[in-house]
Amino acid sequence: MSILADKNTLLIVQGITGREGSFHTAQMLAYGTQIVGGVTPGKGGEWVYGKPVFDSVSAAVEATGANATIIYVGAANAADAIYEAIDAQIPLIVCVTEGIPVMDMLKVYAYLRQNRASRLIGPNCPGILTPGQSKVGLIPNFIARSGSVGVVARSGTLSYGVVDAMSQAGIGQSTIVGIGGDPIIGTSFVDILEMFEDDPETNRVVLIGEIGGRSEIDAANFIQSRMTKPVFACVVGTSAPERTRIGHAGAVIIEPETTAAAKIDALRAAGAIVVDTPDELVDLLS
Amino acid sequence: MYLHEYQSKQAFARHGIPVPAGKIATTEQEAFAIASEFGVPVVVNAQALASQRVFRLARTPQEAELVARDIFAQAIQDIRIHTILIEPTADIVAEYFLGLYADRGSDLLMVASTEGGGEISQIERDQPQTLARETINPMLGVLDFQARNLANGINLPRESWKAFIQLVCNFYRCCVDCDAVRAEINPLGLTRGGELIALGGKLEIDDNALFRQRELAAIRDLQAEHESTVLARTARISYVHLNGKIGLIVSGAGLGMATMDLLARQHAEAASFLDLGSHIQRDKVSVALRLILPDVHALLINIFADRAPCDEIAQELLAAIHEIKPIVPLVIRLAGEHAEEGRAILSAASGVDLVFAPTTTEAVRRAAEKGMAHVDPGR
Repeated sequence: MSILADKNTLLIVQGITGREGSFHTAQMLAYGTQIVGGVTPGKGGEWVYGKPVFDSVSAAVEATGANATIIYVGAANAADAIYEAIDAQIPLIVCVTEGIPVMDMLKVYAYLRQNRASRLIGPNCPGILTPGQSKVGLIPNFIARSGSVGVVARSGTLSYGVVDAMSQAGIGQSTIVGIGGDPIIGTSFVDILEMFEDDPETNRVVLIGEIGGRSEIDAANFIQSRMTKPVFACVVGTSAPERTRIGHAGAVIIEPETTAAAKIDALRAAGAIVVDTPDELVDLLS
Repeated sequence: MYLHEYQSKQAFARHGIPVPAGKIATTEQEAFAIASEFGVPVVVNAQALASQRVFRLARTPQEAELVARDIFAQAIQDIRIHTILIEPTADIVAEYFLGLYADRGSDLLMVASTEGGGEISQIERDQPQTLARETINPMLGVLDFQARNLANGINLPRESWKAFIQLVCNFYRCCVDCDAVRAEINPLGLTRGGELIALGGKLEIDDNALFRQRELAAIRDLQAEHESTVLARTARISYVHLNGKIGLIVSGAGLGMATMDLLARQHAEAASFLDLGSHIQRDKVSVALRLILPDVHALLINIFADRAPCDEIAQELLAAIHEIKPIVPLVIRLAGEHAEEGRAILSAASGVDLVFAPTTTEAVRRAAEKGMAHVDPGR
């Protein structure tokens, strides 16, 4: 067990013939992910790394029985790619694309709420990695190590550092999930916390949050009311000026409850163990 | 991307929203001529991006000319004003606030308030009772009953409801058509005759949608931006100017924020936040170095490589360092695949005070030390 992806996950790659898509297809195959095919409209019939390319998601699903898709499609066409995957009722959709227009994502989000068969991770996220089993996305292959700590983060690069340090200290992970740095994302901290809480392979959880949005506040409420497993948390952006977008589209303080301080207080009050810096997470877990 | 008020009003007008019949002046003489043409009094409105409205009333064409001279001599946030909007006055009996926000997470929010001319965050904080809110389903768009609820919420006279509903629908369509992430009609004026008019307004266009908003992208006023903002955007670097003395270059938003926080804790605040993203090329690094070098005490580069091995990234960094030749100490943390090889490549950098650090915490400590030791070469 693990959450979201494991050795039985059958993955298709939307945008498999593109530069990013083919590069990461090779990386995921090297990790052992079961990639069963890819989709690039207009390139059906071609092959990439021995995997068949289809013109549409529905054709790919029909031929391969895929139950997950990863989207490496440019920002202008990414929303369409997500709709197509939802329409094909793929249970797990991961979208790494950065820079999808907000108006597009508002509609995607509304459409997702009407189509409960699919779960979207991202966009603007590094995806999922279950150590030793499956990688769906672009988390570097070499940093993870199998174990029992669930990791969920909004930022990719920040989680890489923490996971790398954990692995070097001998602390393995059950699953690593990057939920994405955009203001509108398909899966929230709460969704992932709930999965980790129910996952027998996960004993502890690391949550890495940041400024902007209410996701960490919602997570705090969930931790207080439902979570029995210990949560170790870190929220970055304590020194960020207000109303200034810091790197991530979603990392901007607009309302008072979206500051790092407010989130840290909420998580602490909910019983999470909150540290000042990501480096301290590893010391605490040891 | 912010539009100027006059550009926002042009977009409003294209969508059937009544706006004053304004004209643009870029010289005092034009201001005089426009005021003479409109008849006085006129509203003279300085055009600056992303700031509060700055406007004055002129009662004669001569006064309009003087006000214009005054405005052209001004700078708002270090940027000279070079455009003013001149509009005839209207007979206004009440002023309201109308806003649409696509930057509040997954909700599309429309608000109205009786506090015309106010600032949304202040209204939310100090006068929340004056705010009416409606969450809009993006699949349906704003519905008539929602517009009525807003009208009711701000006690708009019933005679003007019909005009208000039409205006709200047009405003919504304008925002969607323009890919606005924040849009405000503020103040929204109610005339003695019961008509509604957008006296002020601003649109912030989604930077990620500019690929399909070519016309709006084309009217971007580069003169109204800091040169550094333009440079960073062209190089596809996410750049925030901060007030500290440690120049910070990173390979990701979260990593950057964590580093920035650590610097602040060491009382060695960052001078900049420059996120190169995962694709680190020498041109990008050169621009980043150029953007922060003038007045920093030390440089900190914090990279966790995910798309390319560290030795490749090191080559890019080295080329940029040799090109720009930083004179302040440079602390580098380079993690990822082939990190050792990467550090070996960078050790070859000549003429630079270069320090490697294994972790973010250690890199910050060293950068803070170097920053403290800084002696201003001018003294």
